[in-house]
Parts: sequence; structure tokens; C-alpha cells
Amino acid sequence: MALFSKQNKEVFTNPLNLDHPILGQVLGICSALAVTSQLKPAIVMGLAVTVITAFSNTIISILRNTIPNRIRIVVQLVVVAALVTIVSQILKAYVYDVSVQLSVYVGLIITNCILMGRLEAFAMQNKPWPSFLDGVGNGLGYAMILVIVGAVREFLGRGSLLGFQIIPDACYDWGYINNGMMTMPAMALILVGIVIWVHRAYFYKEK
Amino acid sequence: MEHIISLFFRSIFVDNMIFAFFLGMCSYLAVSKTVKTSLGLGLAVTFVLTVTVPVNYLLQTKVLGPDCLVEGVDLSYLSFILFIGVIAGMVQLVEMTVEKYSPSLYAALGIFLPLIAVNCAIMGASLFMQQRILMDPSNTQAITSVWDAMVYGFGSGIGWTLAIVSLGAIREKMQYSDVPKPLQGLGITFIVVGLMAMAMMCFSGLNI
Repeated sequence: MALFSKQNKEVFTNPLNLDHPILGQVLGICSALAVTSQLKPAIVMGLAVTVITAFSNTIISILRNTIPNRIRIVVQLVVVAALVTIVSQILKAYVYDVSVQLSVYVGLIITNCILMGRLEAFAMQNKPWPSFLDGVGNGLGYAMILVIVGAVREFLGRGSLLGFQIIPDACYDWGYINNGMMTMPAMALILVGIVIWVHRAYFYKEK
Repeated sequence: MEHIISLFFRSIFVDNMIFAFFLGMCSYLAVSKTVKTSLGLGLAVTFVLTVTVPVNYLLQTKVLGPDCLVEGVDLSYLSFILFIGVIAGMVQLVEMTVEKYSPSLYAALGIFLPLIAVNCAIMGASLFMQQRILMDPSNTQAITSVWDAMVYGFGSGIGWTLAIVSLGAIREKMQYSDVPKPLQGLGITFIVVGLMAMAMMCFSGLNI
């Protein structure tokens, strides 16, 4: 009954390293790119997805023996949609400006492949506690990429982090100019491409 | 009339699902290995979009919106669950129709047909449509009738198809290129899509 046995620890840490949901399994890219033009929405989105993966994994894992196999996709979609509705209402109530920035991408968490992928691959076969850990691990792995890409794009594109100016005015006086290209959607794709390159070069060296 | 034409072309080139909003990225990257499968999936997505966006428009304006069913009740927080239900049902219907009338196309599309239900482009188009209902009617992006919604869905589908077919063609050619080992496959595909998105940026500001 060890809550953090070796096996459970692996379940939690694997998605952060080798089995990374975005870099290794190529899931959930859509929203990862769209919300990362600044750091703050990226962090909020990462947290929202972590909460939703963790709880939807737990709920489906508790229900896994009672769901008829034929309609499991519909059941999963309904559980996820209900959780997303709750999170979306909470965001609207407490961080309204961020929820306006995220616009439709909060609703699109429903169709985020990380959720369906983890529900199908893990929660349908495992007990609630490991499923919860798996959900948190995958959510955090996803959030990590969002934060990296969001930080690079905000720093280079606006010269600030979380809305605070980082690059001093003196630099602008000497002729430094923000790279406006970084705030465009195209650069998000190229940055993720580079992150994948670094990740693969690092983890697949032995193979 | 002008409004509809402008809406159509803007949804293909300016508000392109892939290059401007990154929607439907998962199947976009997974299926675009050859031109043939890309085209099949693109057409299926276009069809589902053309049907689901107007249906969801009617749901939003006749059932969910403020004061529609009961005076003083706004049900729009239920839209996520209802939209995804409509989409899943519609995909099931398309699957059954294709299976009955064109078994060869059904076999060619295989697993991708049911997967359209969780394609973010479909859900995304419905959610954008929901936002655009509230816009000022003079705005070129505004959706004011079922026909607007249908044209918007169709245009977005065509834009998605264009994007996936062109990426499929590039990836077929790219097999002959010498790409660094860790960058092969996914990494280089991302960078190629980034460059394509940059090229598509020249359409922004297009007005008809």
C-alpha cells in the first residue's frame, strides 16, 4: 500500500523524461502552440490541463469496470467535457483576462489528444491512484513545454516575462529591437521543432 | 452575397485552421505522410465541418442562447457538452453512410474516420462560430445566419485540406533529403510547417 512505491514513481516521472506526451508521444500539440505567445496564459493553460488530466484519469479509472466497451469513447468525452466546463467557469470567475486570452482553447481541451490518449492507454487498465499520478505527470510534462516556449517567445518577442519588463531601457536606447516575429504563430512551430530536436538528441543517444 | 464570399476566402487563407490557429494538428502530423491519405482525410474533415457548424449554430441560437428556451435563462455554459455530442453523433453517421455506399473509401480511410470526432479543428470551428455570432454584423468575420455558418465550416475544411495535402507532398519529397538524425520525422516536420505558416502570413489583411 505504498503510495510512492518504485513503480508508481516511474509512472509519475516517465512522462517528464522519455515518454514525454508532446515530444515522445506527439499528443496534444494543437493547444500547446496557440497559447504560448506569452508566459502567463501558458502557465494557466498548463495548470488547467494538469488538473483535468489528473481528475479525468481518476474518474475513468474508478468507472473502468462498469463502462461497456462499445460506448467507452462517448463516456470518456462526457467526463472530460464536464470537467472542462467546470474549469472554464472557474477561470472566467477568477482570472477573467486570461480566460479571454485563451478564448476557444479552453474548450478545446476536450479534444486534446493527451486526455483521450491517456484515458485509453492508461486509465482503462489501471487502479485510480496510479492513474491519478499518470495524469499529473503527463499534465506537468505538457505544462513544461508550454512554459519553455511561452518564456522564450515572450522574452524575445516583447522583452518581458509575466508582463514585467526584463530588458532594460538602456538596451533599447542603443538600438535593440524586439523580435516581433516571435509573437507570430509561425515561430511557435519552429521553436517546438527545435525543442524536439534537443530532446531527441539528448535521450536517444544510446539507441 | 459579398459578405459570404469574403467569409469563404478569409476562412481558407487568413483564418486558416492549421496555420493561424494550430487546430487539428495531431492528425495533421500523423496522417500527412502521403498525398493520397491526406486528401481522403481532408475531404472527410471538410464534410463533417460543413454539417456540424450549421447544426451547432442552430443549437446555439435556438436552444442555448440567452432567453431562447426559458425567459431569463442562459444555457451557453452547456455548449461544450452539446457540441461534442453533435460532433460525435455526426461522425458516427458519416461513418455508417460511407460504409454503406462506398466501401472502398471506407477501407481507405480506416481508423481516421472515427478519429475525426476528436479532431480539434471540428470542435474549434464550432467554438469560433459561437464567438463570431456576437460580433457586429458589419465585421467581415461575423456569422449572422445558418448559410454564413455553413460557408464558414466549408471554407475552414477546404483550408485544412489545402494545408494537409501540401504538407503531404512536401514530406513525400523530403524522404530524399539528408536530415540530421535527431531532427528526422517530427522535428523537421514542425519546422517545415512553421515555414509554411510564415508563407501563409502574406495573406493576412486580405479583404474582398
